[in-house]
Amino acid sequence: MKSFVFPEFQIIRDEERCGQCRGCERQCAFGTHTYDPVADRLISDDTKCAGCQRCVIFCPKHAILVRPAPSFYRPNASWSREKLEDLKKQAETGGVILTGSGNDKPFRIYWDHILLNASQVTNPSIDPLREPMELRTFLGSKPDIMDISAQDGKVDIRTEISPNLMVETPILFSAMSYGAISYNAFGSLARAACKSGTYFNTGEGGLPKEMRAEFGRCAIVQVASGRFGIDAEYLNCAAAVEIKVGQGAKPGIGGHLPGEKVSQLVAETRMIPQGTDAISPAPHHDIYSIEDLSMLITALKEATNYEKPISVKIAAVHNFAAIASGIVRAGADIIAIDGLRGGTGAAPKAIRDNVGIPIELAISSLDRRLRGEGIRNRCSIIAAGGIRCSADVVKAIALGADAVYIGSAALIAMGCTLCQKCYTGKCNWGICTTDPRLSGRLNMDIASQRLSNLISAWSHEIAEMLGGMGINALESLRGNRDHLRGVGLYEWELDVLGIKGAGE
Amino acid sequence: MARADPLGGGGILDDANDAPKSPKEAEIDAGDLDTKALNDRLRELLLSGVEKVVIRNVCGQRYIGTRLYTPQHLKMAIEIFGTPGNDLAAFLFGHKITVHGNAQDGVGNTMDAGEVVVHGRAGDVLGFSMRGGEIYVRDGCGYRTALHMKEYEGKRPVLVIGGTAQDFLGEYMAGGIVVLLDLEERGHQANFIGTGMHGGVIYLRGTVDESQLGSQVASFPVDQSDRKLLDHYITRFLERLPDVGLGKEEIVNSHFVRLTPKSKRPYSTLYTY
Repeated sequence: MKSFVFPEFQIIRDEERCGQCRGCERQCAFGTHTYDPVADRLISDDTKCAGCQRCVIFCPKHAILVRPAPSFYRPNASWSREKLEDLKKQAETGGVILTGSGNDKPFRIYWDHILLNASQVTNPSIDPLREPMELRTFLGSKPDIMDISAQDGKVDIRTEISPNLMVETPILFSAMSYGAISYNAFGSLARAACKSGTYFNTGEGGLPKEMRAEFGRCAIVQVASGRFGIDAEYLNCAAAVEIKVGQGAKPGIGGHLPGEKVSQLVAETRMIPQGTDAISPAPHHDIYSIEDLSMLITALKEATNYEKPISVKIAAVHNFAAIASGIVRAGADIIAIDGLRGGTGAAPKAIRDNVGIPIELAISSLDRRLRGEGIRNRCSIIAAGGIRCSADVVKAIALGADAVYIGSAALIAMGCTLCQKCYTGKCNWGICTTDPRLSGRLNMDIASQRLSNLISAWSHEIAEMLGGMGINALESLRGNRDHLRGVGLYEWELDVLGIKGAGE
Repeated sequence: MARADPLGGGGILDDANDAPKSPKEAEIDAGDLDTKALNDRLRELLLSGVEKVVIRNVCGQRYIGTRLYTPQHLKMAIEIFGTPGNDLAAFLFGHKITVHGNAQDGVGNTMDAGEVVVHGRAGDVLGFSMRGGEIYVRDGCGYRTALHMKEYEGKRPVLVIGGTAQDFLGEYMAGGIVVLLDLEERGHQANFIGTGMHGGVIYLRGTVDESQLGSQVASFPVDQSDRKLLDHYITRFLERLPDVGLGKEEIVNSHFVRLTPKSKRPYSTLYTY
């Protein structure tokens, strides 16, 4: 069938500059560029281009320009180009439109409507370069009361303390499974997490055996509906265990890792045959209620001898705060909430772009709900989905989160350009692929350095912002909405966020 | 590591007649123990070198066998008298559990290795996400048996049921072997068998109507290699559960059907890019 879909990108090659080195041809796994030996020139097929900019960055002569192709349709606010072309693709194939990364639609980004406070004259600001600044955070359940006994100058804690994760800075790497991302990308996250005193999350694809001894201590291992690669050794080598119920990019649905991406190593780690689809069903079939969830939480506590905090990750959806309250009562030590803009390796576009609520609103309503019920101390909140910079982290914590997960931001640090073609397995940046030729492009020393640099840069900025507010410990910022003001927001939005308008 | 006193606390061995045969054996009276206390005691015994434990008066305590992972991979055999609660043998790491009674839901949840024998029936989601080891159940079992069971190379979970199962048997099944013997010959009543199945094999003694199968599975007559496999596991079933009324030859030579998935890529054409 003749396709009526226009190319998304336009490739412009400066023939004067091009030295016919064929570098672009090698760089592109989508087969966009080919060499014509007769004409001694490179031909580019716009229809194949993913817009990932790999060839542009790696062209030694800077001869290539890739830019979004202008739309040829009559402008129409209702029938945008994207709507027209998605519809045509479906008319041509009858399939579900698949995409990668997070929601790219112009829903209001509340971070950009919230402003931070700073000290002036009274309560003077603190210079973090000279004075101690505490970014260390403990994630897990805290007791309702602390019973201590002091005798002969010796203090003894009588209360049984739940296991907590100690994180040096409130930024953790979000769940990205080996299989969805490459071995090198996965390993780079692990290395950077250990180096920076934080944690990476294995996602549901297991943790390769050879990584357990060295990186298990910085790993949060996931138990998802597919239960891939899970055994007692996997659970016990980790710092914490996370039950994945939902994901911001695709709340309410499961996942399919296509058979093409299930290479020998991925198969070994997930413990499934090579080349089969790795199917994660939409629900956990042993969880139909809060009581059932409680049973899985306890089963995991049993399996890990009550030594590790258990996290439950859910997508932020309409009535999630009530559910989260149930999750805390079910015994979770940490709740991870993933908002509307959370990323993914593959999701149906209709789901990614239309389901869920923004994380900013979700953090605030969850924190308030748990405080209102007097159970906020029983669990920590990790917020995920759309954290782009250190200021977003500070705002998330002031709205009530204990820490944040970053996924897309971490991938961007390694080279990702958010081309959204993750599901093809042909990532030219070596991140979202299991093809050894492509994944080998990601140098683990360099990629993990870029990640550590990002964590360290954001941590400095967080310390600066805290100091500016006259605060010397992250603890004092948590849920401290007085340090936030909204601009350009409706009354109901300010109410949900629990903040005042600027100038108030 | 402190060696536990085999005669100490936890309701153990109050009756001198139940004294263990050797220090490697122990007995627990679970009558007054809640789930955590029972599993604390089991772990303590495992770490003290006990290899065989008899638990009496079990009544609903959950996760028996779950907290027995040790880095040294210590192994234990557990005999349960009574009715263990949900998630018996969840994440089981190579231990051997025998239940003299019925079991509840979630037996062998994500079980890794070892063996569970139930002298009775089992509840729902039996063998859920099981990835290794063997489970033998004398009678029937509930809904969603062998849900998302999976295998990798030599690691192939096996589930042999003396009776039949309810709906959604083998849902999303990705590997392993399930055998339903229907020894009482009531006929298989389950519907939606193998919905979403994309790996592994189910053998049903007797017949099943096409309308009972999920759209992703197909039924086939058994061949020589199937019979060999059935012979092997039926033998093991009868070694553990000899009092089922039928002899080995009679069972093995019965009519069986084999259910296997039509594709290991059930959703390969669902998407467009």
